[in-house]
Amino acid sequence: MQEADTKFLEDSFKKYYFEHFDLIRVPERTSEREFGYQKFNSGMTRHISIKDDKELHLLFMQNIPSDVYCSNAYYSFPNLQMNEKDWKGADLIFDIDAKDLNLSCRKNHTISICNECNDISKNSERCLKCNSTKLEKKSLPCKNCIDSSKREVSKLSEILINDLAIIPKNIHVYFSGNEGFHVYVYDSQFQQIGSRERSELVDYIMFHGTIPETFGMKKFKPNRSSFPDFNEKGWRGKFSKQVFGSKSNRSKIISELLTNGYSSFQKTLVDVSEKIGVKIDPNVTMDIHRIFRLPGSINSKSGLTKIFCRDLSKFDPYNEASFLSDNSVEVFANCPIEFKLKNKKFGPYTNEKITIPTFTAVYMICKKLATIA
Amino acid sequence: MLALGQDEIAKYPFLADAGQYLKDKGFTLEQFGTDPDLKQLIDKAFNRIQVAADGKIYKSDLIGDQVSKEAALPREVFSFLLAIVLLKLSGIHTLIKRFALAEARRAEKFLEKDLATISDESKKQLAIRVINDLFSVQVEKLDDYFVIPISDYLKHSINFHEREWKLINRHVENGRVFLTPHETVRLIRKELGTYINSKIINAKTPTMISGFEDSVNKLVLLSKKFITFTVTTGEYPPCIKHAIEVLEKGENLPHSGRFMLATFLLSKGQSVEQIAPLFKNAPDYNERVTLYQLNHLAGSSGSGTQYSCPSCQKLKTQNLCFATSECDNIINPLQFGKKRK
Repeated sequence: MQEADTKFLEDSFKKYYFEHFDLIRVPERTSEREFGYQKFNSGMTRHISIKDDKELHLLFMQNIPSDVYCSNAYYSFPNLQMNEKDWKGADLIFDIDAKDLNLSCRKNHTISICNECNDISKNSERCLKCNSTKLEKKSLPCKNCIDSSKREVSKLSEILINDLAIIPKNIHVYFSGNEGFHVYVYDSQFQQIGSRERSELVDYIMFHGTIPETFGMKKFKPNRSSFPDFNEKGWRGKFSKQVFGSKSNRSKIISELLTNGYSSFQKTLVDVSEKIGVKIDPNVTMDIHRIFRLPGSINSKSGLTKIFCRDLSKFDPYNEASFLSDNSVEVFANCPIEFKLKNKKFGPYTNEKITIPTFTAVYMICKKLATIA
Repeated sequence: MLALGQDEIAKYPFLADAGQYLKDKGFTLEQFGTDPDLKQLIDKAFNRIQVAADGKIYKSDLIGDQVSKEAALPREVFSFLLAIVLLKLSGIHTLIKRFALAEARRAEKFLEKDLATISDESKKQLAIRVINDLFSVQVEKLDDYFVIPISDYLKHSINFHEREWKLINRHVENGRVFLTPHETVRLIRKELGTYINSKIINAKTPTMISGFEDSVNKLVLLSKKFITFTVTTGEYPPCIKHAIEVLEKGENLPHSGRFMLATFLLSKGQSVEQIAPLFKNAPDYNERVTLYQLNHLAGSSGSGTQYSCPSCQKLKTQNLCFATSECDNIINPLQFGKKRK
């Protein structure tokens, strides 16, 4: 990134942290967490321990980080090396990202930036200018991306509450600052479980690794009586609703399933998984030493804030997660698609000098689609 | 410690304090080596180990869960305690492991029966307490099922590789897993084995007792058949082949895939310098970062921890598994192609 761009982003971020420190949510048991941060054009600094708000504020003001992270884990000695920290437990965390949802809208708002010649084009497999395959993809998520991610969050919450007995007030949902949502679960029976156990929870939530027997289909002498019913709890109930559709269809569909046999049922399970499984990023939930973006901090992939969603259904990230000023700036913009921020439409721009509000300029520079003029 | 009745000690002899038990009964180890009447108990103990070594469960003198004859009960406990003495004297860990596992499976049968009993509430309570005290699994009875918290279930179920034990294939409701008595007990088999194993390992090794030598020598002979040789085909497993193909095509391999590939090749003895060029085609290749990360995984920088290749289970969750029939139920990619001879 060019110096002028870095300077501009740092100034904008600093102003945000100065004026909106109240939005930063210092997690409970602060002194037992590990913090880390990145600066623009530089690597990660981690293994930091922080006592309170004041120290955190100081970190922001002194370093003007591009990104700030905080562990979901609690340690006796968060500032020591990994193997000396003494892990005590970790909140359950989930990452739902629009890029993992196989959405058909993605191709319409994904941009390819060539790593060799910096040419920018709409989603393509090769650089249109130099034919290189080393492309960096940037997406400007649309309303469909956000709505679909929200649906996954609702599916996840439903399982957390009904199957895993999590108390709703202990589930906190945040907009990730870019293309999805981060979900935290506090004070559950799962605080102390390790990575392998969490990987089992992941498979449960994603509907992975099912066997036909679980849903009533036996290899030998299959019969009708073991198929799930509508009012059953857990996945068997959800499976019924998805596969049978309505109570009146149940009997007919069971006959079909029996006729088609065991291996066909396995395929059915794969299809069902795609539809009713929750699409979370398995690596995030399995990781018990992760430092995860700090709530209230800015995501340098977009310049938007990772913000708490009080009412998920009404939440609009492109309105409610943008806190930067609307002072005008001049930039060179190269952005082949249109996008919306704070209810205003921007783009497309083809290598042109434009004057736009700071929040838009930051968004575009973070996405590598503009530079300070 | 649990207060145990006579029957319980015979069923779960590993719960007893061995030294104390002998003392209470008025015996010393030396007596077993010399007294011809007691000496046959050493043969019984040897037999108990031999059965375990063959992977079978020792048939006890207990009929149902009742002791057949008054005298059978101490015999039952003695043969267990003497078996431990023989194993300690022989010092052969393979035999100790097999013995512990077989004893665990024997105890499992009694636990299951006790859990399922409808007539004797105290037996059921004891079984529940054994599971609770020894393995920290909170068991509660609910209608025909035993229910345990999901977190307790997971701590044990992750040791199983069969898919039926995956949480997704279980009846889950309101934060708890529903199990039959058989499944409840099966869940802790490995830990029961580990518990018995560690009790044996931690027991003091006595000096050789006269009258025990023959049986100890026979154990050493018995253990010979467990020595195996393995050969490897040298071919890479499909997950590794797939990762290499992705990189060769210049496509993006996720971080978890790179981690798998690097740790696999490091474990196979390749050097950081040999591995680094594989990543050259990655869209975000940076030589400095690649070398830094490889050195970190190899343990030559940072905390010095050497990272190991993830299990097949983990790779499945991460969508990095492309198993073929050749994988033959291995549990880690490093085992691919290894055959016992």
